[in-house]
Order: sequence, then structure tokens, then C-alpha cells
Amino acid sequence: MAQTTAPPTSGVRVTYDYVTRVIHRTLGDPGKGYFALLGVAVGLLTIGIICLLFLLRYGLGLAGYSHPVYWAVFITCFVFWVGIAHSGTLISAILFLFRSAWRTAVYRVAEAMTVFAVMTAGLFPLIHIGRQWYFYWLVPYPNERGLWPNFKSPLIWDEFAIGTYFTVSTCFLIMGLIPDIAAVRDLATGWRKKLYAITSLGWRGTNEQWRHYSRGYLYLAALATPLVLSVHSVVSWDFAMAQVPAWHETIFAPYFVAGAIYSGVAMVISLLIPIRRLFHLEEVVTIRHFENLAKLCLLTGMIVGFAYTTEYFIAWYGGPTPEHKAFYYRAFGPFWWAGWTMNVCNWFLPWILWFKKVRTNLTALFVISIFVNIGMWFERFTLIAIHLAGEPFEPFVKAGYNPTWADWGIMAGSFGWFFMWFLLFVKNFPAVSISEVKEVLPPPVRGRHA
Amino acid sequence: MKNPLAALFHGPMTPGVLGVFGHLDDTTRAVKDLKADGREDFTVFSPMPRHELEDAIDRPPSSVRMYTLIGGIAGCSVGAWVTLYMSYDWPIQVGGKPIGSIPPYVVIMFEMTVLFGALNTLLGVALNALRAARREGTIPYDPRFSNDKFGVFVPCRPDQAGTTEAFLKQHGAEEVRRA
Repeated sequence: MAQTTAPPTSGVRVTYDYVTRVIHRTLGDPGKGYFALLGVAVGLLTIGIICLLFLLRYGLGLAGYSHPVYWAVFITCFVFWVGIAHSGTLISAILFLFRSAWRTAVYRVAEAMTVFAVMTAGLFPLIHIGRQWYFYWLVPYPNERGLWPNFKSPLIWDEFAIGTYFTVSTCFLIMGLIPDIAAVRDLATGWRKKLYAITSLGWRGTNEQWRHYSRGYLYLAALATPLVLSVHSVVSWDFAMAQVPAWHETIFAPYFVAGAIYSGVAMVISLLIPIRRLFHLEEVVTIRHFENLAKLCLLTGMIVGFAYTTEYFIAWYGGPTPEHKAFYYRAFGPFWWAGWTMNVCNWFLPWILWFKKVRTNLTALFVISIFVNIGMWFERFTLIAIHLAGEPFEPFVKAGYNPTWADWGIMAGSFGWFFMWFLLFVKNFPAVSISEVKEVLPPPVRGRHA
Repeated sequence: MKNPLAALFHGPMTPGVLGVFGHLDDTTRAVKDLKADGREDFTVFSPMPRHELEDAIDRPPSSVRMYTLIGGIAGCSVGAWVTLYMSYDWPIQVGGKPIGSIPPYVVIMFEMTVLFGALNTLLGVALNALRAARREGTIPYDPRFSNDKFGVFVPCRPDQAGTTEAFLKQHGAEEVRRA
């Protein structure tokens, strides 16, 4: 077995063989904790499916819509899940281009999270349209059946953006997996060996394969980097292009991108901490990785806080305008609790990440990451449903909007759907990149340097 | 695992010698000396990409970049065609904006550039890998190459196998075997 010195991220002696075996071990029996989590995920999904069936039978009236609130929990969940997806590409593509070595141990989890989060987000426009059997009307094609695709609408940009993002993220995930599947193929037995023999596509790690693979991976990263910035900008324009107070803002694109990465990194932390414990990955995913993730969280949290400050400041500075009324409604209207949940979780809470003791304490990080995700969900809920309910252009409308059991049930189902796919993935495919972790280890050398 | 389709896609085994190396510097030195002898037909196995090996092997840049470029240009063109053609195919003027308005269409052109560029990149990697696999399927493989060992396969006639074995052992191969 080739011996290498320990990597700077770990306190033990880590070799290539050790890395392969530790990550291969995650494909073994994960224990009762894993199956309990999977059971909860499937249970939530079942609740969501039942609520969706009711919605299909009785229509969108069950979802608690009331004029002028026709974008509510479903669109909130759509934006939330698209946001969650963003940090995956940040960690896998942008940090790859920056040659950030620490990403190697965590990027696979983030990338898988991206793909499953986009899969979850994609369900909500379909649920939101009400008549799912006409879903293909969303697809722009040369004018047929009286449809007029309006390419000047950000909604159609969104469709292109999300479709592209899902395809590119999936390509990126699959491509990164191929050498690692080959590594576990060579250790596996039984049906798993057959599965991995097929899915590794004949990978042998030859110089020709690496030559084309490395270039292809680099170009995919280069393409995914502007994509990740564009996708949530486009999502933000769904709102910013509309003349609704508190939506029609020029800062929305960077504000949404930062918020998306913020929530995504928090979700990576929420996922990695239990995965690390369940699959005993302590030597590969170290405290240093979590500290770096916490720093990313802190950075993006500060940007989000700055955006909130700017919004409130401009609303106040502009005087008695609809914008002013909208922000007063956000802070002191009937939905003040939603607005303040968002403020506390996203604006104030990340400040404690300035302390190294907090950044290196996994329990504290786990709790903070959960609150950040709650806060980010409420950010979208406040922005979408609350600002529509308090729209000052229609003072005669007193929106009595309240989410219903169908809204909450389908939202819970989306969490079940996401966690089910994620848990199945980490159990059956390498959750940490084997080849890239080896890349950052010092190579085994006899001493005669080439 | 023996692949039942291998016989269909790959020819008979290439005669030669496979050396298994435990150290990167030994492997790199063997590759450099093979290159110095004018050999280009050898194959190197490694569990991860290493720039030392890439520099020693010194092959031209991968053609995958051309696939990416062509895909990107095609995607941008398709994005422009889709938006402009459909707009003029059924012209409806809204809000005094031009029928074919380039600034909002740039978003779709950009997304299509990335989509086609990424898919074509994947196609480029797959086609190049398939082409390489036709030859590489005829040479031996060791499962340790995906774990912690490096490998060098040198094709040679059976009467030259002894010399090649000696060459690989002299360069630090832990194990050599004839194919």
C-alpha cells in the first residue's frame, strides 16, 4: 500500500487506499439511523402526494389563494429550492476554477443536493399551474394551438434557465462520478459490481481518458460558473420586472444570488453533519471543511443583510411612496411574524459566525444552518405572498390570505421528495469524490523526484 | 467482471508488458525514458489525474475544447433563431416594444449557449473516450489502478517482452506481467 503523508486537513495519516476504503464503506450497511431518516422522508412524501391528489381533484381553491395573492407557498417553495441548488454549483464549479483544495471533500454532497433541489423546484411550477395535464403549454414552440410564447417575459427566461441549470448540473454530477464509480466497482461484489460496471462506462483511468476528462470537466465548470449567477438572477427578475412595490428593485439579481448561496451552503451544512456521522467520514470531512463552509455562510449572510438594510433604507429615504408602505406592511402588518423571522434568522443570526468557536462547533453550526434555512424560506414567503397581500395599489382589497393544509402538506412533501433522493444517492454512490480527494493528497514518491 | 460485450467491441489482446508502480516519481521517470526512446504507443494508468504524468506524456491538448466551442456557438444561434423566428412568425406588439427585441432575447441566447456547450462537451468526452476505449479494451487492466497504484503498459512483440520487463523493473515497477 502506498504511504503518503497526512493532508493538512486531517490529523491522521491518510493514504490513497485509506480514502478509497473509507468512501467505499459508505456504500455498506448504514445502520438504523439511516433507515429511520429515509422512513421520515418517504412519510413526508406520502403526505405531499395525498395533498396533491386532493388539489388535483378539487382545484387550486384548496391552496388558500385569495385576490391579489395568487403567488404564494408554491412559488415560495420553487424559489426556495432553486436557491438551495445554488451553492452546489458554487462549491463544485466556482471553487474548482479557483483551485480551492478544501472543496474536494464536500463538493459531491453539494452537487447531488443541487440536482435533487432543482428536481424538487421543478415540481412547483407544475403544481402551481393547476391543470398539470397541460404542462407542455409551458414549453415554447413555434406557434400552435393558439399559444403565443412571449420571449420578453422573465417567466419564459426562467424556464430556459432552470432547464439548462438542471441539465448542466446533472451532467456535471454524472461526469464527476465516473472515475469514483470505477474505484468502488473494483472493490464491490455481487449486484453492486454489476451496477457499477455499467455506470462507470468502462473507466480505467488511462492517460487518454484523463486527458479528455480533465478538459471536459474544466469546460463544464467554466460554463456552469456564469450559469449559476444567471439562473437566480433570472429567478429574481420574475419579481423585479413586475411593478409591485418591494419587487421592482434593481438590486434583486445580486441580492437573490447571494441569498441563494447563503441558503444552499446552510443546507450543505445541515446535510453533511448527519451524513458524516452516519457514514463515519470524520477523517475525510473535517472541522476545517465545516469552518470554511461557515465562512461562506458568513460572507453571503453579510451580503444578504446589506441587501435588507438597503431595501429598508431606500423605502424610508424615498418618503411616503408605495415602496414605503410596502416595507411598513412587511415590518408591522398582520404578517409581521414572517418578516421578523426572516430578519432574525438571516440578518442577525449569521453575525455569531464571526466567532471561530461557533464556526468549529458542529452542534452550533447545525442549529444555525437549520435556522438560516427557515429564515430563507420565510424571506421568499414574505417577499412573494406578504407583499402581494399588502399591495398598496389596491387599498380596497383586504387580502385574507392564509396558507392551508394543502399548502403545508405539499411543502412537507417537497422536503420528503428531496431527502428521499438524497439519502438514496449517498447510500448507493460515493458521497465524497475519491479521485479528487486523492488529488489533494501528497502523492506517494520514493524520493527521486521526476 | 468480464464484460460479455467486450468481444464485440474490442479486438484480440495487444501483446505487451504491464508494469505496476507504487510511486509517482518512478512512473514519471519510466514514461520520460519511454518518450526519450521515441515510444508513443504506451498507456499509463493512474487513480487520479496528475500534472507530473501529463507533462511527461506530453500529448497535444484534448480536442474536447472544439466540441465546447462549436456547441456554444450553435446554442447561441439556436437561441437567436428560436426567439426571433417565433416572434416574427406571430407578430404581436406589446407595450410599444419592438417585435424582435434583442436585449430580452440575450437571456435565452446565453442559456442556450451554456446548454449546448455543456451537452457538446459531454459528447466530446464520450466520443474521444469511446475511440480510446477501442484500443484500451485490448490491453490488460489491474483493479489497483483505481485505488493506489500506477500502471504503464508497453506494447511489444513476444520476443521483446524480456527487454521491456527489465526496463520496467529497472524503473521501479513492483510487478510486471506479460499480456
